[in-house]
Amino acid sequence: MTQTTVEPALGVALTIRNLSKRFGDQTVLQALDLDIRAGEFVAIVGRSGCGKSTLLRLIAGLETASTGQVLADGSPMDTGHFDTRMMFQDARLLPWKTVLQNVGLGLTGNWQPKALAALAEVGLTDHAGKWPSQLSGGQRQRVALARALIHEPQLLLLDEPLGALDALTRIEMQQLIERLWQQHRFTVLLVTHDVEEAVALGDRVLLIEKGQVGLDLQVPLHRTRSRGAAGFAALEEQVLSRVLSLPGKEAIPEPAPIALGALRWAL
Amino acid sequence: MAISFNSVGTQLARRAAPWVVPALLVVVWQWAATHGVLTSRILPAPLAVLEAGARLWQSGELWAHLKISFWRAAIGFSVGGGIGLLLGLITGLSKRGELLLDTTVQMIRNVPPLALIPLVILWFGIDEAAKLFLVAFGTLFPVYINTYHGIKSVDKDLVEMAKSYGLRGWPLFRDVILPGALPSILVGVRFALGFAWILLIVAETISASSGIGYLAMNAREFLQTDVVVLAILLYALLGKLSDYGARKLERLWLRWHPAYQ
Repeated sequence: MTQTTVEPALGVALTIRNLSKRFGDQTVLQALDLDIRAGEFVAIVGRSGCGKSTLLRLIAGLETASTGQVLADGSPMDTGHFDTRMMFQDARLLPWKTVLQNVGLGLTGNWQPKALAALAEVGLTDHAGKWPSQLSGGQRQRVALARALIHEPQLLLLDEPLGALDALTRIEMQQLIERLWQQHRFTVLLVTHDVEEAVALGDRVLLIEKGQVGLDLQVPLHRTRSRGAAGFAALEEQVLSRVLSLPGKEAIPEPAPIALGALRWAL
Repeated sequence: MAISFNSVGTQLARRAAPWVVPALLVVVWQWAATHGVLTSRILPAPLAVLEAGARLWQSGELWAHLKISFWRAAIGFSVGGGIGLLLGLITGLSKRGELLLDTTVQMIRNVPPLALIPLVILWFGIDEAAKLFLVAFGTLFPVYINTYHGIKSVDKDLVEMAKSYGLRGWPLFRDVILPGALPSILVGVRFALGFAWILLIVAETISASSGIGYLAMNAREFLQTDVVVLAILLYALLGKLSDYGARKLERLWLRWHPAYQ
C-alpha cells in the first residue's frame, strides 16, 4: 500500500488501531481499525449517536481514547507535527472579532494579507470588516472554512459542518469544499448524516455502526459528480438501505432521507 | 404644508411627552411654594433651589464639594472594583482559586457595608480613609460576582475551538475569555457605580467635613432646605452621569454585540 505513494499529496495518512472510547458504562467506539490514505476524502455516515462524531473528536485530540491509538504518517497524532483543523456544525466564530480577525485567529506577525487571501478563496473579501452576527449561516461556515484553510492543514476534520444550512447553500458549500480539497490536497474526514452528501464528496464512504466500521465503500465515480447519474443513485441507495436495515434504537429513520428528497426537488 | 407641519408637530410632541409630567410637577411645586401651600421648611421653591445652586457656585463652595465627592467615588470605586475584578478573575479562571477563595468572598459579601460604619469610624475616624473604605467595600462584590459569573459562562464551544487553534494562556484569555466575560463584567460595573454613590452619601452625611453629603448635613443645621434639596439633586445628577459613562463604555467595548448595533 505504502510503496505506491507517488501522488503529490500534502495530506497525512491515518492509521487507526484498536480505538475504543467509553463514556462511563456506554461504549461509543469499540476496537475500531481504519486506514486512510494521504489526501483521501473520506465521508463518514451513520445514525445519530453511532460514534461518528466521537471518532472525529478523538482524531482531533479533543477527547482522549480509552484504548488504542491514532497514527499520522506512522507517528502518534499528539506530537503536534501535523496541522489538523476541525470545522464544527456551528461556525464557532468569535462574535467580538471581525470576520478578518476571526480568520487570522492564532496567527502572529503580518497575518492580514494571508487572511484576506483565505477570505478570497471562500468568496467573502467584501465582508472582511463585518461582525459575525451580521453574516448568514452559510457565510459564517465559509469564514470558518477560511479560518481552517489559512493554517494549510494536512488533515481537515469536518463535523457535520453543513448540517444547519439550507439545501441550496449546502450544495454551494459542498462544491466549495470539493474545489478547495482538489487544490490543496489535504486529507479530509467528513462526518455527515446526509448520505447524498457523502456519496457526492467522498472517495470512500464509511458507515459506522455499533462503534465499528459497518460498511467501507469506494466511490468510483468521476468528479464533479452528477447527482442524477444512475451510478450515483445506485451507490446512494446501497448505503441508505444499509443504514436503514440495521435495527436502530428508534424506529424513525434519520432526517437524511427527507432532506434527500428536498434536495432532488431543489435541483 | 399643513401636513408637513403636522408631522413635525407630532414628532416634537413625541419627544416632549416623557417630560410633561416632570415639568408639570415642577410647575405645581413652584406654585404651591409661592402661594404658601408648602412652607419653605418642608420644601423650598424650585427657583429657590436654583438660586442656592447659583450662589454656592459663585462662591466656589459647590465646585469644591462636588470635586471632593467625585474623587472619593472614583478612588473608592477604582480600588474596590479593581480588587473585585482581580478576585473574580482568580476564582473564575482557576479551580484552585475558586476552591480557596469563593466561599470566603461570598461570606463577606453578605455583610451589609453600612453595618460596618461604627467599626469603620473606630478604625479610621472620620478621615478620608473611612469613606474610601466604605465605597471600596461596597463596590467590590458586584464587580466580583459578575466577573466570576461572566468567566464561568463563556461559551465552552468557543474555548474548545480556540484551543484547537493553538490558543493557550494569555492569548486565550485576551482573545476569548475576557471578551466573552466582558458583557457580564460591565453589568457589575454599572451596579457598583450606583452602589458607590449610595455609600458615599451615607458616609458623607455621617462623618465628613467636605463633600456633597457634608453640604447637605451642614445646611440642615441652619434649616437651609434649599441647599439640602440641591445636594439631593446633585447626587441624582452624579449618579446619572456615572451610569451614562458606563453605558458609553458598553457601546464602545460591546459594539460587536447585536444588542448594540
